[in-house]
Amino acid sequence: MRRRLTEGVFHGIALLATLALLAALGLILWTIAAQGARALNWTLITQPPTSGSYTEEGGGGIAHALIGSLYLAGGATLLALLISVPAALYLRVYASSWFAGAVRLLMDVLWGVPSIVFGAFGFTLMLLVGLRASLLAGIITVALFELPIMIRAIDEVMTMAPRELEEAAYSVGATRAETAVRVIMKQALPGIVTGVLLAFGRGIGDAASVMFTAGFTDHIPTGVMDKAATLPLAIFFQLGTPFAHAHERAYGAALLLVILVLMTSVVARVISARLGRYSVQ
Amino acid sequence: MGARPIAIEQLNLWYGALQTLKDVRVEIPARRVTAIIGPSGCGKTTLLRCINRMIDLVPGARVTGSVRLGDFQVYGRGVDVTAVRKRVGLVMQKPIPLPMSIFDNVAFGPRLYGTGGRKQLRETVEASLRVAGLWDEVKDRLKEPAGRLSLGQQQRLCLARGLAVEPEALLFDEPTSALDPISTVKFEHEVLKLKERYTCVIVTHNLQQAMRIADHVLFVYLGELVEHGTAHQVFTSPREAATASYLGSGI
Amino acid sequence: MLQRRHIHDYIARHAMLAATLFAGGLVIAIAVALYLRAHPLLASQSLAALLRGHTWAPSRGEFGFLPFIAGTLWVTAVAAALAVPVCLLAAVYLAEYAGPRVRAVVKPLIDVLAGIPSVVYGVWGLLVVVPYIAETLGPYAQRHWAHLPLLHTDYTTGFSILAGGVVLAIMISPAIIAIADEVLRAVPREYREAAQALGATRAETITRVVARKALPGLAAAVVLGLSRALGETMAVLMVVGNWPHVPTSIFDGAYPLPALIANNYGEMMSIPLYDAALLGAAFLLLVLVLAFNLLARVVLVRATREAV
Repeated sequence: MRRRLTEGVFHGIALLATLALLAALGLILWTIAAQGARALNWTLITQPPTSGSYTEEGGGGIAHALIGSLYLAGGATLLALLISVPAALYLRVYASSWFAGAVRLLMDVLWGVPSIVFGAFGFTLMLLVGLRASLLAGIITVALFELPIMIRAIDEVMTMAPRELEEAAYSVGATRAETAVRVIMKQALPGIVTGVLLAFGRGIGDAASVMFTAGFTDHIPTGVMDKAATLPLAIFFQLGTPFAHAHERAYGAALLLVILVLMTSVVARVISARLGRYSVQ
Repeated sequence: MGARPIAIEQLNLWYGALQTLKDVRVEIPARRVTAIIGPSGCGKTTLLRCINRMIDLVPGARVTGSVRLGDFQVYGRGVDVTAVRKRVGLVMQKPIPLPMSIFDNVAFGPRLYGTGGRKQLRETVEASLRVAGLWDEVKDRLKEPAGRLSLGQQQRLCLARGLAVEPEALLFDEPTSALDPISTVKFEHEVLKLKERYTCVIVTHNLQQAMRIADHVLFVYLGELVEHGTAHQVFTSPREAATASYLGSGI
Repeated sequence: MLQRRHIHDYIARHAMLAATLFAGGLVIAIAVALYLRAHPLLASQSLAALLRGHTWAPSRGEFGFLPFIAGTLWVTAVAAALAVPVCLLAAVYLAEYAGPRVRAVVKPLIDVLAGIPSVVYGVWGLLVVVPYIAETLGPYAQRHWAHLPLLHTDYTTGFSILAGGVVLAIMISPAIIAIADEVLRAVPREYREAAQALGATRAETITRVVARKALPGLAAAVVLGLSRALGETMAVLMVVGNWPHVPTSIFDGAYPLPALIANNYGEMMSIPLYDAALLGAAFLLLVLVLAFNLLARVVLVRATREAV
């Protein structure tokens, strides 16, 4: 009897722990949605801040940060893609299992490096080459930050592609490079899209890596050498002011950011579920 | 305590819509070794696992009919499955030493039921290891991880672990399929000693093994109990054609 | 024709290798770059003095890291105390009790938790956690916990180690749960059967056999979660008070290393050695996180390989 009771209590506590976490998720999303919904409007999304938006009478929106974030995360994701795809292909097609294992371990470790450390590293790179805080510097830093998640995501789907596929290509005389690009990459395409979306989501939400490198401004960037504002930093700085209207904009921006990130992750999930369906055979 | 016969009546088992045991009725006598034989995938292991309700762990499995151990209704209303499994020990195909020391492996069951003090626990462990024929080999290394034993020793350890909870019947699911011939012989030897105190049921692929150790034989084919009887009768003069052809192809 | 294809192959192979080496070498490059930048500070003062120093006064050339290291450890410890039991239990629920349909719903929801940006957690902390501590929990602690170590307080603004710890605990949960769940599910079914065949209940099977078998992997999951907590910047920065002292209670403010770097990067080029100190802080953070990560990953690779 005592043992049956213990069993019930243990099961109950484990369930409770799970529910507590889901409740925390619900509470966070509800708080952000409730606060943000009041502030989120067309002006907020389409207008840059008016001059003096950090003073008592400031107004306008956060379009500069929205566009800055999209440019920055978009650019960084493209740049990261240029390195990730060849690297993942190399791991699949050429690398010995020892070397591939070592690189995968390094990627996992790199994944754990805090974004503020990437920011500090980006800053030392800027000092090294004499680059000012700018969209370009931010893009490079965030690209490095996105690398591990993208490489691992792409690598994972590439490992799922059956070996026979390569052998079939080799048997008709294809070189390894041709096999990599024409056969494996094609097979892994949905996985690449998933990796891109995951990395984009990680990049657009991060603040600590860009605060050193992209600068901050009230203007919409017009070139890669301009400073660029981002949504996370716009939220952070506006909450740092004592003005209610700035706080409202920050809440609106937070909701906008959550919507962007969730949309990205839903699309990634749908695509990877599709991928799962094909990879069964 | 002591050995009790097992009575199986109108036992049916479904996985979803698929019926894998069909109306099995049989009496398994106490203090004898009963072997369940038959081709792979015909329900031998399933039948065995119905006896101690390990079948409950399979999602989607549905059982009707009854299994009795003495007068104890295994599928009775309100019966605690853990109590069933304490009464009926199971030795599995592959030896699975739990991730702990040799001593703790054998003490695992008694500790669950909280019987006695340290001294009594020590005695139970020693007695169980002796019965399993392992005591002399491990008495000086009881604190070592059980994973360091050889496969044959591990299987006898699993046997001792099952004995330590003082079961009334012992089930063996192809217990020697992972062992080398010498360990197999040794294990069979222990089983023959055990039948003096327990009801033993063994699933085996190996007809020679059944001939060596079984007193009774159940032949299961496509989910049905085709034939059962003494080992001598089934092996020398099978009544059913299916049994004869299985024995013929197997030997 | 054949020749050209092989040249292409050669070029492609080496381009791919270059990309791989670039990515693989990045960790090392980061470590080296930050170390070189921090070097002037290390050349001027001994490491022990830096790590033990209480005073942070860049304009006077005093760079005592102790308050910041203490702040990091306090916040991480509170996050661990809150997150570890809940996460391990939740992982047990998902791996051992939940049916496939429950898993299919709960796992993606927990992934959502992982995807929420750090700054959003900060906003939530400001809106919910900080006011709750300031208005409810803090006054309660003032009245009832005055004599308890770690929990006493005279007055709290809500911007505190506890606020940082709560926010961090939620942030690191998805990572811990995901890995712990994987580790638990990698324990072969036979171990569960062996224990249950002896009449063990599920709870007994889990606590005495499965958790034991999975122990190294579970430890690795916790360590990986904690290493995330060490480096987390924005969310903590927003709710932890940023007060450079060695705390004595979870209701005190604190100033963790990442917050130090983030708050002061603007001035770091204007004071001598300040940049070396801040980038040195980043280096210190990196070393801590790398040590945690490497340890956990090695254990994890072993744990999941053994289970197969």
